[in-house]
Amino acid sequence: MSELVAATMIVAGLFFYLAGSIGLLRLPDLFSRLHALTKADNLGLGLLAAGVAVHAGDPLMAARLLLVWLAVLAASAASAQLIARHARTADPHV
Amino acid sequence: MSDLLLLCALFLMFTLVLGLLRVLRGPEDGDRMLAAQLIGSTGVGVLLLLAAALGQPALVDVALLLALLAALAAAAFVRQPGNPS
Repeated sequence: MSELVAATMIVAGLFFYLAGSIGLLRLPDLFSRLHALTKADNLGLGLLAAGVAVHAGDPLMAARLLLVWLAVLAASAASAQLIARHARTADPHV
Repeated sequence: MSDLLLLCALFLMFTLVLGLLRVLRGPEDGDRMLAAQLIGSTGVGVLLLLAAALGQPALVDVALLLALLAALAAAAFVRQPGNPS
């Protein structure tokens, strides 16, 4: 039963990763691409980490996976803000 | 189950290739930096799946390092000479 739950969460996470990549390809502007990449990929990673935690079944491993997810969240939020600010100040017409 | 996990990791690599098309076409520098972020994010996902599939919990620590280094790469990108950020 827990294997089924884990597999469902992992496949749902993959779906969000695919949505993020398609958004990266199809959206018209750098800033909207930043949205797609940061939000969709991090949500996909969260579901992926939850699925792996359920599959592992070990609370210490689940805590490590939660830490990885939080670190990726913080890192991508900071990186997105840096990239967006650089794009604005480097090109005054944007 | 580990076969399914490996298949999922393969699918993630496929989405990574999709995102790399943006590196080819991206009209700005920021788009190419976005691709680096994509590689970091997708790489963390692939590492987590491999940690589960191969039974190697040490790969989770590798994923943590990759996440932090991706942020460092973005900071290095914006901190170009003459740029006050």
